[in-house]
Amino acid sequence: MRTYHDLTGPDRSGLAQQIGAQRRRVAERLAGVGRVIAVMSGKGGVGKSYVTAHLARGLARAGRAVGILDADLNGPTIPRLLGVSRAPLAAPGDAVQPVEGLDGVKCISMDLLLADGQPLAFKGPEAESFVWRGAMEASALREFLGDVAWGTLDVLLLDLPPGMQRYLELCDILSDPPVVLTVTIPTPEARDAVRRAVRAALERGSQLLGIVENMVGPQFSGTAADDLANEFDIPVLARVSWHPTPDTWDGLAGRI
Amino acid sequence: MKFLCVECDQQMAFEERGLPGDGTLAATFKCPACGRVVAMLTNPMETQLVASLGVEIGGRTVPAQPLETVRRMVATGRDDAFAEDRQPATGNTPSWSPDAQERLARVPNFVRGMVKRIYVDYAKERGIAEITPAVMDTARAELGLEGM
Repeated sequence: MRTYHDLTGPDRSGLAQQIGAQRRRVAERLAGVGRVIAVMSGKGGVGKSYVTAHLARGLARAGRAVGILDADLNGPTIPRLLGVSRAPLAAPGDAVQPVEGLDGVKCISMDLLLADGQPLAFKGPEAESFVWRGAMEASALREFLGDVAWGTLDVLLLDLPPGMQRYLELCDILSDPPVVLTVTIPTPEARDAVRRAVRAALERGSQLLGIVENMVGPQFSGTAADDLANEFDIPVLARVSWHPTPDTWDGLAGRI
Repeated sequence: MKFLCVECDQQMAFEERGLPGDGTLAATFKCPACGRVVAMLTNPMETQLVASLGVEIGGRTVPAQPLETVRRMVATGRDDAFAEDRQPATGNTPSWSPDAQERLARVPNFVRGMVKRIYVDYAKERGIAEITPAVMDTARAELGLEGM
């Protein structure tokens, strides 16, 4: 009996072609974006979104056109950090218009789409929803990349949730793995978790931009940023105190 | 996924898709040689997996709408997340009969703009001046929009 690849007749569903069209849509939409940078960390609670938002504002103040895709679908915070109002999104053509926040930073976020206080929930069978939920979130991420009119941007920052799942999805969606900016706090616990994420990013071929050490001060002890910088031969781009001034972010923006 | 008519050693061709509305999916395939028809029936979880990929069994009949999967599948979306899609008024923009407007109003806000645009595009492409419930039914059948 013939097997799958022996059957070469036309497939009206064209699922592979549909997937290909999705990829092309993303590539075409991002054609005007100079650089896609994933802000990530293997550790939760280190301030990725905070760093992402303020870095974007610093870049914007320096005259760069910047957007943020809030890829933390289950815990989106970027709109609040950018002071964005929850006005209805406009979708006048084949794309949704991103909203504009402080300093003119464009953004899209699941927060703008969810009812107040509601968790992200999908329609579908509840039993064993873990089987399909990851695929659904990856599709949402793909649509945020491909269905938003990003226009011409110097930098599109992707604010990733903790862990590696979203990064791996990104690598599958984008034609090239994104450049990675790593955020950590000084503690050895954070360092160990971030190390795993950096290794995974290297294995997938991402360029490592450097490390931002956040929450630097007497509250946390450790040398996570220096340890990771030495281990992976990447720069420490900024050390951010608990109460940073705009100069801190402008300095970081100058190094991106 | 492909189907082989073992007796004829022929690849079966996709015939028809059905969404009964209970979360399952039915698709029929026909052998071009002997005419035998088989139905593929997927359970709700299998159907959901396909929907999660943002692809259409049987092929796309209308272009993908922006944030289509999000609009269709998010259960906790804001009613006012999207401004009603506005299309520039042109001479051949179809009007909506009161019955069709009423039916459209029953579509959840989260997807209404997208659904409206699909019907408008359908009518414009066919030179239909007024969208009525009958036009909506025909469009649903022709475009495979069983869920809309």
